[in-house]
Amino acid sequence: MNFWLELIIKLVAILGFVLTGALVVIYAELKAGSHMQGRIGPYYAGVRWGWAQPLADGLKFLQKEDLSPTGADRTIYGLAPYVVMMSTIAVFVVIPFGPDMVGRDLDLGIYFILAISSLSVLGILMAGWSSANKYSLMGGLRAAAQLIAYELPLVLAAAAVVVQAGTMSMNGIVLAQSETWFTVAGIDVAMPFLLKGQIISFIIFMIAVVAELSRIPFDMPIAESELTMGYLTEYSGIRFTMFFLGEYASMIAFSAIAATLFLGGYAAPGVPDGLANLVGPGVMLLKIALLVFVIIWIRWTWPRLREDQLQRLAWFWLIPIALANIAVVAIFKVVF
Amino acid sequence: MTDLAMIHRSESAVSIELQTPDMTLNIGPQHPSTHGVLRLIAKVAGERVTDVEPVIGYMHRGYEKLSEVRTYAQITTLVNRIDWVAGFASEVPFIIGVEKLMGVEAPPRAQYIRMILTELARMASHLVFMSSYPLELGATTPLMYALREREYILELIEEVTGGRFHPNFNRVGGVKPVYGGGSMTKKWSLDLPEGFLQRARDAMDRMEQICDDIDTLVSDNELIKMRTVGIGVIPRDKALEYGLTGPNLRASGVAYDLRKVENLLPYDEIDFDIAVRQGGDCYDRYVLRIEEVRQSSRIVRQAVDQIPSGPLQTKVPRVLKAPRGQVYSRGENPKGEFGYHIVSEGARMPYRLKIRSTSFSNLSILPWILQDALIPDLVAIMGSLDFVLGDVDR
Repeated sequence: MNFWLELIIKLVAILGFVLTGALVVIYAELKAGSHMQGRIGPYYAGVRWGWAQPLADGLKFLQKEDLSPTGADRTIYGLAPYVVMMSTIAVFVVIPFGPDMVGRDLDLGIYFILAISSLSVLGILMAGWSSANKYSLMGGLRAAAQLIAYELPLVLAAAAVVVQAGTMSMNGIVLAQSETWFTVAGIDVAMPFLLKGQIISFIIFMIAVVAELSRIPFDMPIAESELTMGYLTEYSGIRFTMFFLGEYASMIAFSAIAATLFLGGYAAPGVPDGLANLVGPGVMLLKIALLVFVIIWIRWTWPRLREDQLQRLAWFWLIPIALANIAVVAIFKVVF
Repeated sequence: MTDLAMIHRSESAVSIELQTPDMTLNIGPQHPSTHGVLRLIAKVAGERVTDVEPVIGYMHRGYEKLSEVRTYAQITTLVNRIDWVAGFASEVPFIIGVEKLMGVEAPPRAQYIRMILTELARMASHLVFMSSYPLELGATTPLMYALREREYILELIEEVTGGRFHPNFNRVGGVKPVYGGGSMTKKWSLDLPEGFLQRARDAMDRMEQICDDIDTLVSDNELIKMRTVGIGVIPRDKALEYGLTGPNLRASGVAYDLRKVENLLPYDEIDFDIAVRQGGDCYDRYVLRIEEVRQSSRIVRQAVDQIPSGPLQTKVPRVLKAPRGQVYSRGENPKGEFGYHIVSEGARMPYRLKIRSTSFSNLSILPWILQDALIPDLVAIMGSLDFVLGDVDR
């Protein structure tokens, strides 16, 4: 196939998936959150079930005036949301939705993801610093401290999987999980890494993901009751929309990573190899939806931690446990 | 110059260079966690608050002055707007003060109705606290649960008085003789609405249920405990020193409740306990209020069973004039001691009305308790004091 044609198709597919996916997740959060709280949630927009609510919200945001404070550093202030958005979208390049349904199957897939997703810290710091607002500044600083602290457990948890899989390629990690692990009564059983002893990594990874997303119980960077809206305080209009979409897009992105690393990615039991490209995306979406729901569920149940408690959790608990976990996984890998 | 002195000098130069001035953070008057229009001028070093100066008065409506040109019957309209989450509870001490001045007493049935409605108002107020406090710690869901149950209380109040927040229901020498007409019953009646007592009992079942639910969802939550246990500790002597009253005082281990001390309403015929906790931290203040809702529901259950029959109003002169004199009348508002000092010169209007509002006094501890708090703790502590800005500024 023509290189350019392929590139454009992939680009459109990824962008389309990210943006519609984000809208769907926003809708899911509105609806799931409402039902958890004994409310109905969006009801009228779009004739039934309020399905058009995220679209309506998006249009409303686009109409809003794009304010920037007098003291703001305009260039950086304007650029920040796009840096955050870019780092999220770039993650999808290497996430496989089927054996061939992948933007680019890099050999260093997971490494690329972890590197590119930590760029969002930069965008958030830019937003917090350039807003010329004390609340924004504090939010930005909190975000920087938090994201750096939780980058480590995230990487370490992923590293344990990499050690077990013996590859950094996302496709390779999926394949490692669809290999036959043992045979019972003539049936080959393949297990995702979650069931192959990576449960500790999975829990650490999910905790770190929630922290990376700055969602309750780790939403100190935007903590409404303390910092009004943290680094988002001064943003409005399309730039706020970008942050908003970026948050939900990265929910999908991190869920997709977790699904690939721990839940077997696009692989599903009983799917013949020929159909993997067709069934794969559906299986992957199901797994993503499951993890996204868990993240939403956590948000509507728990309060937030305090900044020092969050740091203590990361440095005293998650990182030592993750290191010990890597050691154990490595020993098992060498011995068996 | 010796080497040592050189080192000293260079060290001090470095420390001067690194000295960062505290940032002044203006929290409020428009801020999500200041419950309205409280303003805090906080000096912060990073996340730590080194000094805080509350600025109040953004909501001053001049009720004390307005009262001087209102008749006694008209003033009830004003006083239930002071602490609007428990409007009825702030009406009662005022009207009883006026009754004391005039030497009349409400008939027993009216007193029981006042007591039931005061306790309902207390529950409504505490449910607002139970919903808003987790919200400040970041938990959004208890808000919906507690406010949903509060609706049952407000419906009961509306059913009897016609108003959800501002009942304006007390009259000198009794309660409004012809009343009702809330959206629930749409009937005017000469006594309590039909079936009210049973509906009150049902609502109490719901109250006890929501207390248990909030206990499992919030009070036993490990994260809530991490955020509140040992935070904002008010020792017993400090609480007394700053004149805290109500749940804030009782959470510091002082069993002081005006319902037992003053004899405004027939609480002595009811069997209930004063909820006390010893820790004096945010968690204790929070849990104590849940316990108080349970006690209130006990009071309402007994009052509903024991309510005597009879008239709702004693005979009073058509033109109400209080004789010369003064009286201080105080009652247990959901937030603490709520008092009125009424000075009468013998006219239809008070010469002077001094309102001792609860939140104002409870707020006085703020600069002391917020010293060296972290910003997240500042929010947690402020929320746990449970103040209403209308009550602070009057």
